Formats: sequence, structure tokens, C-alpha cells
Amino acid sequence: MKIHLKIWRQDSTEAKGKFVDYDLSEVDAHMSFLEMLDSLNELLISRNERVIEFDHDCREGICGQCGVMINGRAHGPLDHTTTCQLHMRTFQDGDTILIEPFRAAAFPVLRDLKIDRSAFDRIIQAGGFISANTGQAPEANSIPIAHETAESAFDSAACIGCGACVASCKNASAALFTSAKISHLAQLPQGKIEHRVRVRKMTLQMDAEKFGACSDTEACAVECPQQISISNIARMNREYLVTSLFSI
Amino acid sequence: MLNAKIPEGPLKEKWTHYKEHAKLVNPANRRKFEIIVVGTGLAGASCAASLAEQGYHVKSFCFQDSARRAHSVAAQGGVNAAKNYKNDGDNVYRMFYDTIKGGDFRSREANVYRLAECSLNLIDQSVAQGVPFAREYGGYLNNRSFGGVQVSRTFYARGQTGQQLLLGAYQALMRQVSVGKVQTFTRHEMLDLVVIDGKAAGIITRDLVTGKIERHAANAVVLATGGYGKIYYLSTLAMGCNGSAIWRAHKKGAFMAATSWIQIHPTSLPQSGSHQSKLTLMSESLRNDGRIWVPSKQGDQRLAVAIPENERDYYLERRYPAFGNLSPRDISSRAAKERIDAGHGVGAMKNAVYLDFSKAIREQGEAKIREKYGNLFRMYQKITGIDAYQEPMMISPAAHFTMGGLWVDYELMTTIPGLFALGEANFADHGANRLGANSLLQASVDGYFIAPYTIPNYLADEINVTRPSTDHPAFEEAEAAVRQQLEKLLAIKGTLSVDHFHKTLGALLYNKCGLSRNAEGLREAIGDIRALKDSFYRDLNVTGDDLLNSELEKAGRVADYFELAELMCLDALSREESCGAHFREEFQTKDGEAVRNDADYCFVSAWEWKGATTEHKLHREQLTFENVKLTVRSYK
Repeated sequence: MKIHLKIWRQDSTEAKGKFVDYDLSEVDAHMSFLEMLDSLNELLISRNERVIEFDHDCREGICGQCGVMINGRAHGPLDHTTTCQLHMRTFQDGDTILIEPFRAAAFPVLRDLKIDRSAFDRIIQAGGFISANTGQAPEANSIPIAHETAESAFDSAACIGCGACVASCKNASAALFTSAKISHLAQLPQGKIEHRVRVRKMTLQMDAEKFGACSDTEACAVECPQQISISNIARMNREYLVTSLFSI
Repeated sequence: MLNAKIPEGPLKEKWTHYKEHAKLVNPANRRKFEIIVVGTGLAGASCAASLAEQGYHVKSFCFQDSARRAHSVAAQGGVNAAKNYKNDGDNVYRMFYDTIKGGDFRSREANVYRLAECSLNLIDQSVAQGVPFAREYGGYLNNRSFGGVQVSRTFYARGQTGQQLLLGAYQALMRQVSVGKVQTFTRHEMLDLVVIDGKAAGIITRDLVTGKIERHAANAVVLATGGYGKIYYLSTLAMGCNGSAIWRAHKKGAFMAATSWIQIHPTSLPQSGSHQSKLTLMSESLRNDGRIWVPSKQGDQRLAVAIPENERDYYLERRYPAFGNLSPRDISSRAAKERIDAGHGVGAMKNAVYLDFSKAIREQGEAKIREKYGNLFRMYQKITGIDAYQEPMMISPAAHFTMGGLWVDYELMTTIPGLFALGEANFADHGANRLGANSLLQASVDGYFIAPYTIPNYLADEINVTRPSTDHPAFEEAEAAVRQQLEKLLAIKGTLSVDHFHKTLGALLYNKCGLSRNAEGLREAIGDIRALKDSFYRDLNVTGDDLLNSELEKAGRVADYFELAELMCLDALSREESCGAHFREEFQTKDGEAVRNDADYCFVSAWEWKGATTEHKLHREQLTFENVKLTVRSYK
């Protein structure tokens, strides 16, 4: 199939970017979206041009490193699918595809489609952990956890940290990402002990990183590759409110 | 002869004895030490976090944009531990025996026993960190069985066990960052090891965003950089996985062991075309309920569902009735290759076999299968567009895990004092074939439970040694060499891309030094690799600048792969036996089973770099078995 591409090119964080047009004439429908970009890069190398920089690594939807806006949607037209798991059979012969980086004040562009998501690491550093040192853990079965609780904690813990939620939000809010971690740990007895400190510190850090506020449009949950539920945000807000009221 | 420094005493007491006698560093001295950890997968992150908790200052490096993305994240199936929660006869000794046997008696007894012993603590550690393992309805931990064993000892968090274990280690690491004990350097690639007075003294890195070359000095350097299966280009690994850190350490004096032992995983998705960049793995856990078969008739064109039961060849059940579909990976992959080569392959490229769930769905119901493997079936559908609840999956072998790696002693120290190798980057525990769910285990055990004893034991003797300055001539020299190589790669200005060379090398290696090897093919491969390498330095085209440039990153890695590939072939050629993943066609029974040669090859091959134009030198570490009897590994 023939595909027409409009891709965001930007030399560095400080440089001004622009869309550049490219045409591919022999796209195989079985190709993944990133393999289509690989083939474009092969073409650029043969023309002695600098390749298009894009983030990717595992190419199986779990590392969270890939992610671009495709025709205005984070990770492209399919719900709950990472960019690397999108295949060209989703598109039609002759389609024009607009590709740009995830955009948010907290995610500066490094070059072309690569962005800096280290703000997410700093949110986790603020409290997204259980303070358990190596070597002091009690026998695993000494803390029974109901099947449903473990499954529900897993649902929150499945987040891959790709940033699609931020990119999809009109306020560039990191509420879904942050609440997923708060929620994962708060549901487990091991994590409950620190939950009040955690929610306060993590939400403070989220604000300090210039992520916007959550205004409940639920756009994030539509794009999330791991189908992280919007109810995590409700749980975070509740935890936050209780913590504030009792000012712990 | 290499000395692995295995402690004296009975097998069961070796590790306890070591821990009781390991030297300690007092808390005030710990903060004077700087330790570099390269890699943030399970081994790297757990090691960095554990050492920081003890009070050492740690610098942590990864090439990804966050420590959380290291490829441990992609492991699906689970992690083994001899907890015996199922009361099915499991114990540490049995797990030790299964692992030794699974590795075809080519690993160290003492290491493997320690691995099984520490498996118990790992589950405790992970639960304490909040890893949401699968639970029974009563609230206790659940587990399942995996290839190569007859008990149920694999703990799992749906099909994302690696992700959950890694997030546990990553969060422990982030906690240490928040208290200032760990400094992280993401999007940084190690390009050389600096050795001063024979000891590891630091590394040279490149900032992958700015292109800046940096020097970092340390009292000890830990390489936890994973495996090099990506050398085949098509593999189950992430695109960025590479062998450069260990290879550059090798060229500075660290021996490489068992280099050609690479596991080809039996349950990956087949290649569908030349554009393909990656072979996605389908967890081995699927083999618990899926049955593997091919049509009995060669070149059968009918749809799978149209082929009646009596015209299907369930070849694993036929050849290995005791283990059937749960036969170990090397055996299952080879059996698949045998059927595919014999013309029974299915799919568009005739390169696959069926993995069929119809019987399990009939017996257990679709809902149960959905609960167990829902995410894997969804992933399969996303990639292939096929609904595996309705028709069988198609799977094929793919390069997966490197049992080989840097040679390390019992303390996980390489032949360079002060340089440690952890996880898949070392060769240690899996022998010639790794059992399923033992890789997450080994990476974690190395980082959480072993290095935190053995690294301080090394540092205790370094208290009065001043940390080398980055102005030392050895740093200058290493940095100059790194710069020179980058400039050279950028200056070739030929016509062909890095990927072109990587794909060509990968195909060549897969054919001649993959699932099966023979002397003639290996000799040819060495010649072909050299010719391809010459053409690389003549015809390569790296476009762009020396700032953020993924082509330049890839070029450096592929340059190392040429040298590594040659050593793989040499290693395979020198071992005139078949064992585990190393199947030499000259050494097989008339039924096609491997013939091991314990009289002549019961040793680990450790190779010393002698320069670009001189052949590697072989050192042997004799393997002695005092607790198990070497038997023919039969799964029949």
C-alpha cells in the first residue's frame, strides 16, 4: 500500500520544529507501525538524510518506551494499544498519517519524536514505593491477601508509564499515572502503612512537574494500553482528601 | 586452570558458610565507596538498591529513558521458588537437581544450589515490595508448573511477572534516589571499561541525548547489562538489547564463557516477512494447556480446524511421553525445527507449528482459559489478527536467552578484580540450557542476595586504596579510543544501513550457529563474518550528527557483534559434543537426541581476548559433580 506521512521534525529541545512530508510506496499491511518507520529510515539513509528519531524498545507493548501521536490520538487509532503493537493493516491504501510527539509541558521534545519523560521517575521517587529493605522480608504467606484484592492491585500496577494518558489529556494531567501507583500500593496491606505520606508527596511532585489538573474527561482511560481504570483517580482523590482533612 | 573460589564444605552449607565469613565494611567507610552499576533490569536495579540501602554511593546507568524499561519488564511467565506451597514434593534439593539436569550438567553445583536456596527469600522480598502475585481464594500465593519440571513452583503475576518484579526493584531503586544514595544516568551508554593496576576503576559513557563523552571513576563496577541474543537480529529481545558493555569489558581482560550457548525459545510468533524487526514471545506457560502439533501429511494446505485428529502429529507427546508439551526449551525447539525442516511446517512461510487450546477449552471452559492467559491471547490477536479461542496459535522457535556471558567466580566477580557481572550478563547458573522461570530468579538473586555480600567482601580490602582520579592516563586513553571509534563510524559514509549489516549477520549466524551447528558450517561462518565485517567498515552509512543519533548507537553495537559472533562460532567449533542448546550435528543418536561427552568436555570454556588479529585463548574451568550423578538427560 501507499502511505503519505507528515512527521514532526525538531533538531533539539530549543529548536523550532515543523512537519515534513514523506511518501512510502511499498508498505506491507503486516508491518507494525514502527517497522513502517524503520523502512522510512532506510529510505532516508539511502538519501543521506538524518533518520527520524523515535523512542521504542521491546516492541511488544510492555516497556512503555514507544509512543507518538498518530492522527491526533496517542498510540494511534486503536483503543488500548501501544504504538509498537499497531499494524499497518489498520490503515487504508492512500492514507495520510500525521505523526507528532506526545505533547506536554512536562515532556520536553529531545529530537523529532523523542521526548523526556523523567518527570514520571521523579513522581515515583516522591513516594511510589513500599519502604522495605532487602533481606528483612517476612515469609510471603504470612500476609494473606484476598484473591480479588490482589487482582485489583494488579489492575492498577499494570501501568507501563508510557505517558499516553498525559498526551491525551487536554490539561496534560498525570492523574491516571500517579493514581495507578497510589492505588496499587494502597490496596495491599504491605503498602497501606505509608499511604497517607505517599499520596501527599506524590501529588505534590505531580504539581511541581507542571502537569495540569484532572478535569474528569476520562480521555486518558480510553487510550491507556493497559486499560488502567479512571476509578484509580477517584481513589487517589479520596486518599488525598482524607489525608488533608486529618492533616497527617 | 580457572579457580571459581567455591567455598569448602557440604553443598548445603557452602553459602551459609560464605555469608558467615564474608568480610564487612563498617558503615562509616561505606559512604566513601562509589559503585557503578550498569543496567537497570532486575539484576542491576536490585543490586544498586541493595548496596545503596547498605550505605554505599551508587551510580546507576541505563540506555533507556527510564530505569523501569529494562528488558526484564517483558518476561511473562513467572519466577521459580521451591516454596512447596502445593505440597507436591518440592524442595531446594529438587529444584537444584532440576536446574542442573535442565542445564545438561554443564553448570556449577554450588552456584545452582545457592540459586535454589535463595529462591525462597525472593518471593518474600517481592511480596514485601508489593508485587501483586496471583493468589488463591484463601489469600495464599498461587503457582503453576513450567517446562522441564514435574512440580508446581512458578509464581506469577498474570502474564506480566517480569514487569511486576522489575517495578518492585525499580521502586526500591527510586526510593534510594530520593534519599540521595543513588544517582541515575538514563539515556547513557557504557562504551568502555577503565582498568588501572589490573583492577576495574571506572567506565566511559556517552550521553545519548547530547553526545557528550563522560568519565566515571569507581571502586567497583557491576555489569548487569543482560544478554546478547539480539545478535541474531530477529529475537525476542528488545531492539536496544546489546552485548557491547560485556564485550568491551572482555577486550579489557574479562573472560567470556560458554559464548555460543544461546537458548532458542520454542514458543515465539513466527516471522511473517523481511520487514520484521522482532519476534514476540508467547509465554511458555501456554504449554501447560496448549498442545503442540503439525499435520502428519507434508505440505498439508488445509486449515487447522479441517484436519482430523488422526492426521495430526503431536510430536512432543509422541517423542517425549513423560514431559510431552512441557519438555524443556532446547528439546522442544529442536523438535519443532526437525518437523519444519521435514516439510510439516504451517503458516504462510511454512515456518511454524500449531499450539492448540481446543482440548483445554473443551475441558475447562473458555472462561477459565481466558482468566489464565487472557492477556496473551489478546496480544496474539493484536499482532496476528487471529482469535486463538477459535483456531490454534502458530508458533515458531526464536533466539531468546544467552546462557553464555562473562565468566564469573562464585562471588560473581569476573577475571578483572573489582568487575562483577550479574544476571544474564554472566554465564553462571544455567549450564547449557536455562529452565523456564529461572531467569527472573537468577537476575533477582544475584542482585538482592549475592552481590550485597560479595561486593563488600571485595571492598573490605580496598579501604586504604584511593579511588582513581578520572584524570588518570587510563581514563584519557579509554576516552580517546571511544571518540576515535565514533568518528570512524561516522566517517565511513558508504551506502548501506546498520540494519542491513545486522540482519545479514543475524541470518548467517542463525543458520550456522543457531539451533544446530556442524564443524564445516562453523568454519564457513567465521570466514563469512570476517568478510561481512570488512564490508561494514567499507560500506556503512551512518547519517546524522554526533548528538542524539540512534544510527550511531546501533553502529557501535553491531561493530561489537561481529567480533562476538566470531567467538560464538569458535566456541561452538571447539566443543565436540552436544549439550543443551549446543547441538552439534556430528554428535547425535540415530533418533536425533544429543550425545554429550562427559569424559572430554565436562568443563566451562572461558575465552581470553588476545587482540584483534590473534585468536582467542581457551581456559578451562573443570566442573566437578559431587552430589549428582551425570546421567543422560532424558524426558522420554
